Amino acid sequence: MRRTPVAILAVAGLAMTACSSGSDKKNDSSHSAAGVSTSGGADLTGAGATFPYPLYSRWVSEYAAATGVKINYQQIGSGGGIKQLQEQTVDFGASDAPMSDSEMVKAKGGAVFHIPSVVGLVAIAYNLPQVTQPLKLSGPIVADIFLGKITKWNDSRIAALNPGVTLPNSDILVVHRSEGSGTTYVFSDYLSAVSPTWKAGPGKGKELQWPVGLGERGNDGVAGRIKQTPGAVGYVEMAFVKQNRLSSALLQNPSGQFVAPSDEAATAAADAAIAKLPANSDYRISIVNSPGAGAYPISSLTYLLVYQHMTDAAKAKKLSDFIKWALTTGQKDASSLDYAPLPPSMIAKLTARADSVATGSAR
Amino acid sequence: MTTQAFTTQRRAAWRSYRDQLAQSTARTLSRRRLVSQIMIASTFVAALVAVLPLTLIVWHLLQQGASSINRNFFLHMPRPTGETGGGMANAIVGTGVLVLIASTVGLPVGIFAGLYLAEQRSARLATGVRFLSDVLNGLPSIVLGIFAWGLLVRPFKHFSALAGGMALAAMMIPLVTRTTEEMIRLVPVSMREAALALGYTKWRTSLSIVLRTAMPGIVTGVLLAVARIAGETAPLIFTAFGNNFWSVSPFKPIAALPMQIYYYATAPYDDWHAQAWAGALVLLGLVLIISVAARFATRSRAGLGGD
Amino acid sequence: MSEDVAPRIASRPTPALVPAEIEGASYGDRVYRWATTGFALVIPSLLLLIAWEVFRAGWPALKTFGLGFFTSSAWDPVNGNFGAAPAVFGTIVSSILALIIATPLAVGVAIFLSEFAPNWIRQPIAFFVDLLAAIPSVVYGLWGVLVLVPFIRAHVMPFVKDTLHLGDFPLFTGAAYGPSMFAAGCILAIMILPYISAVTREVLRAVPRSQREAALALGATRWEMIWDAVLPYARSGIVGGVILGLGRAIGETMAVTMVIGNRHELSASLFQPGYTMASLIANEFAEATNDLHISALMAVGAGLFLVTVIVNAIARWLVWRTARVGDGGT
Repeated sequence: MRRTPVAILAVAGLAMTACSSGSDKKNDSSHSAAGVSTSGGADLTGAGATFPYPLYSRWVSEYAAATGVKINYQQIGSGGGIKQLQEQTVDFGASDAPMSDSEMVKAKGGAVFHIPSVVGLVAIAYNLPQVTQPLKLSGPIVADIFLGKITKWNDSRIAALNPGVTLPNSDILVVHRSEGSGTTYVFSDYLSAVSPTWKAGPGKGKELQWPVGLGERGNDGVAGRIKQTPGAVGYVEMAFVKQNRLSSALLQNPSGQFVAPSDEAATAAADAAIAKLPANSDYRISIVNSPGAGAYPISSLTYLLVYQHMTDAAKAKKLSDFIKWALTTGQKDASSLDYAPLPPSMIAKLTARADSVATGSAR
Repeated sequence: MTTQAFTTQRRAAWRSYRDQLAQSTARTLSRRRLVSQIMIASTFVAALVAVLPLTLIVWHLLQQGASSINRNFFLHMPRPTGETGGGMANAIVGTGVLVLIASTVGLPVGIFAGLYLAEQRSARLATGVRFLSDVLNGLPSIVLGIFAWGLLVRPFKHFSALAGGMALAAMMIPLVTRTTEEMIRLVPVSMREAALALGYTKWRTSLSIVLRTAMPGIVTGVLLAVARIAGETAPLIFTAFGNNFWSVSPFKPIAALPMQIYYYATAPYDDWHAQAWAGALVLLGLVLIISVAARFATRSRAGLGGD
Repeated sequence: MSEDVAPRIASRPTPALVPAEIEGASYGDRVYRWATTGFALVIPSLLLLIAWEVFRAGWPALKTFGLGFFTSSAWDPVNGNFGAAPAVFGTIVSSILALIIATPLAVGVAIFLSEFAPNWIRQPIAFFVDLLAAIPSVVYGLWGVLVLVPFIRAHVMPFVKDTLHLGDFPLFTGAAYGPSMFAAGCILAIMILPYISAVTREVLRAVPRSQREAALALGATRWEMIWDAVLPYARSGIVGGVILGLGRAIGETMAVTMVIGNRHELSASLFQPGYTMASLIANEFAEATNDLHISALMAVGAGLFLVTVIVNAIARWLVWRTARVGDGGT
């Protein structure tokens, strides 16, 4: 008699499962046109960077609707993505920072392609309610702020770049990330490029020893702290600036222009950087501080990491098709989600690489 | 002194002593009563304070997430930001599957280990196992996840609900073991002796009499363990991995509510934030339902506390 | 049941022998013994496996830094310098703080529920408190960031510093950012409350009525009855619940990392940000790819093992010292 309630629960549970999978097929029929079996879920598995997750989730959703191929991407972090790719527990990885040589050596499936998927940018956000025009800053100034050498908003160097703007005589509160992150990597890459002191000190990495400032967890933590604290400044991805309605600074690029963060400016930065690349570059490059008209200095490529020779030919074909779709149709989604599309000059080479993944021939 | 005078004096002394004693007793008694009333009141205050955080949290969840709970939430898969009609159906079922897998391993091990510890109370091995169980309880969930990854994901080169369930089972075991041991220890020895005297074998006594008597308490422990593992994210990231699509297979990656909540809550988009809070509400509701069902299924007329 | 008894009585040997020697029954008992022992051995095997993995992965870092790993405060992944002292300190302080806050509250709630609460309120409140265990740690973290930490920053810290004028007391110095060891202690206390409370409640329920009646008959007030007759009987159970809560507090990752400020700094002040070992691993493991970095994180895991063992050993020793009366049962 005691077993009856348990049995009822079990039956109810099964019924619920059957029901929801039934109605799921019905309701999502618009999303799986090609009637691929829903038994186990995905055709391809990918893992890695958190930064492009909103864009990738849009891509896999549209791609599944268009072709029926399902791709399961989870944002476990760039380092996690690299690790899973090395161990071949996923079909592709994703990372904001390119793999180092030692990491590539440890990849058990052989050589790895770095295929940039989209351009991203990191904004310098601040909270100065009294300052109505966007603030202009230069690389060395930003580095000195984060080094703790510039401590007040009305410092002469900041004032020199912003004539006519009344800057408050208040302390600058630096906010940075407390955990490892690709955003920190890009930002510190930039600071190392513009400040020898920074390069010799904290340096470039996903996780640093910060000289000053308060650590917050995640882009949302940093954005939230800046929003609540007048006088705060920090670095966040563009999407968080927009969603939290923060002010972002205009940064001076190597050409001398003050550029606001925008997707055109990021694409321009990528364009200028790759123009100088040799023909068979592996794209493991940095595009920060890129000299180019209208280029935003803190831009970065984010990569899909794919084995050059995949053992499963069917999966290789599916992955290659997806990448080619992402490089062409997928780029249209970029700006609406606060990313920047890749410059057209890159697409042909990358498409050729994706093709070679399908055939398994090294490029 | 005459006898009468002596008796009078003695009586007076006795009365004075008695009155003093009564007074001092009354003073201390009233003090003791006061202390008693103060302490009783403070337990009442403690109850209020204990209930407060849950009320605040649930209130916050309702405020932020109640509007996102609709039919779609329970029936649909996650959708990209900006699209309406998304839900967490796969994550809800995924959490259920993971808890089921974890319980299949965690419950037997925990209950039997608890029985062992309660019955072999001070044997050397028992002391060691008890101590190690407490140490296991203190391990961060992410360490368990990393360990389960090395054992169950890396050799097979794919993520699976099974690996996630095993990581969760490792978290369940110490909780269930400890509470089972405590509850079994509370069963009076007289009950055990009575069963033995009536001819029950030792194992029948342990299982049919002692275990059944301690069942309500054990169920409390099991429910605590289930509640805990249902809400864990860290051990699942490298084991169950997560899945945007529908999957209930133990051998494939599977979605889970806490993971989904975490990813959505740390994203920049408000619609995802709202869904994250809704997910948290649903998770609480899920655990509530399991608790009610389990208590109902194991309610017994006899129990501890009588004489 | 009668059919079990009859054959046994017929073949029952002398009363001095243990019933297990009754014919036919020893097989079941042996199986039972093996089953329980076997299942119990799963725990140490599991733990040994995990410990071996963690120590093996952390060995390179421990070899590089030696014992200085646990005394240094540096944490520089770029330049390869790692020291876990702030994390060790933070784990111990935050857990002890959580226990100090949670134990009286939890025992108080349990006493209230088992002794004084009218029947109609007992189940709902018990449910409510137990439900605290069901809240995902992620949600605790988010609620901590959005509600608790601003509350502490806006009300608690100014109250202590200005109204109570304790701002210069070493425990409370420093600028009031909000994220702090105190916030971590508070959120951990809320998280471990249900464990201590649930176990204590069950244990108090099991105290025989005769204990209570005897104490009252001797003239004890209600509180004295609880304090002198009921609680000592329940002591070992309460300690069991406290140890469960302690384990949770030491190993909690998600919630703590969102409210503690994640700063590698040793500070005596509760109002300053800090770090814990579990948060450190959780924060950095996903992104770490450098071998020494990963090894340092695993070494922190090994350190956590050690801290858990030491803290549990101390807890047991304290219990053993104060428990003159035998634990519950006879």
